[in-house]
Amino acid sequence: MNRKADKPATAMPFDPGRRSFLAGTAATAGVALAPGIFLYSVGASRSAEARALDEAASSEVRWGMLIDVNRCDSGCNDCVSACVTENGLQGHGRPATDPQWIRKIDLRDPNTGREQSLPVMCQHCDEPPCVDVCPTGASFKRADGIVLVNKHTCIGCRYCISACPYKARSFVHETLEDQKSYAPRGKGTVESCTLCVHRIDDDRQPACVEACSDTGGGAMLFGDLNNPDSEIARRVAQYASQQIRADLGLNPAVRYRNL
Amino acid sequence: MRLNRSAMITIAVALALFASLAVVVTAAEKNDRTMSEVPVPAIPQGQGERCVEDTDFMRRNHMTLLMHQRDDTMLQGIRTKQYSLKECVNCHAVQGKDESAVSVSDPKHFCRACHDYAAVKIDCFECHSSRPEIDAASPHDGLIAEMLKE
Repeated sequence: MNRKADKPATAMPFDPGRRSFLAGTAATAGVALAPGIFLYSVGASRSAEARALDEAASSEVRWGMLIDVNRCDSGCNDCVSACVTENGLQGHGRPATDPQWIRKIDLRDPNTGREQSLPVMCQHCDEPPCVDVCPTGASFKRADGIVLVNKHTCIGCRYCISACPYKARSFVHETLEDQKSYAPRGKGTVESCTLCVHRIDDDRQPACVEACSDTGGGAMLFGDLNNPDSEIARRVAQYASQQIRADLGLNPAVRYRNL
Repeated sequence: MRLNRSAMITIAVALALFASLAVVVTAAEKNDRTMSEVPVPAIPQGQGERCVEDTDFMRRNHMTLLMHQRDDTMLQGIRTKQYSLKECVNCHAVQGKDESAVSVSDPKHFCRACHDYAAVKIDCFECHSSRPEIDAASPHDGLIAEMLKE
């Protein structure tokens, strides 16, 4: 806490000592205000330990994904099948209306013939248009940046499906049975990638990321974009990455490399 | 004669009253012995010693607890287990014929036992699973465990 004293008092563009001093003070104050609740807001400890069950998601965290398109094989569908298995997205053989939380897109540059393949799911925008248009507030962004549908208040109007520039959302047309206990979904509501929020709350990775590193090309990296010590934050700071339709200014949490 | 007749009428009325009272008392005794002839819900026993709150409290307030928990979990990611629907379903599972837990489509399901009786529709299970989680873990968890062994 005395790092400030080691530093010269002259103005610097960025004083790391002062920053960590302030962070430490804030964390201490937080603990004093709410005893029994541990704040994971300082440096590396932030995402190193799981959030307690009774602790709300924190806006200190912003979950995101970095996808290296060069490592994504066009024939590989492991992320999609992992998503289907994990969330119990049984289809009815009707591709136009069957649920689709993540899909593989194949791109071809007509000038050069270069082909690429990439997974596209809900991009978990910082400024989500689906949330803007929702008339009931069912479409919402959780404090840690995950964009979700509260199916308790969703009326199935599907404005959000129209508003999403990434075509990320699906509508459940059929009566469902035997849903996964951790992924409730039902007829008449809109749904989309939850970033496997039940896994994140359990300190695990999304199913697609896990499948990609297990059996796929290891193209997907998941982590906390706000934590400067996390692998994903280091990589996006070090290498060029881009967001799809960055021109829309939505600041998606899913970023792509080598696209 | 007149007096005698009125006395006889009085006695007859008294006897009739006594007889009807006797019938009522017998019926009440019968009720005590063999339970009510009015249908009551057959509520299946949950596992464990007791519920998360007293039975009387739960009967009146379970919906409020679930509604509160639902918003906490959905909006904030608070996943405490005490009042979670998932834990209700896990603990109050009713075994069916094939030794697996019955779903809400079966009238023997814990929630349906009362809700059918009270004619109150449950919306929960239009989205939520009405059976305990069998394998909550992803199939990929096994792969990671294998990788760690190697």
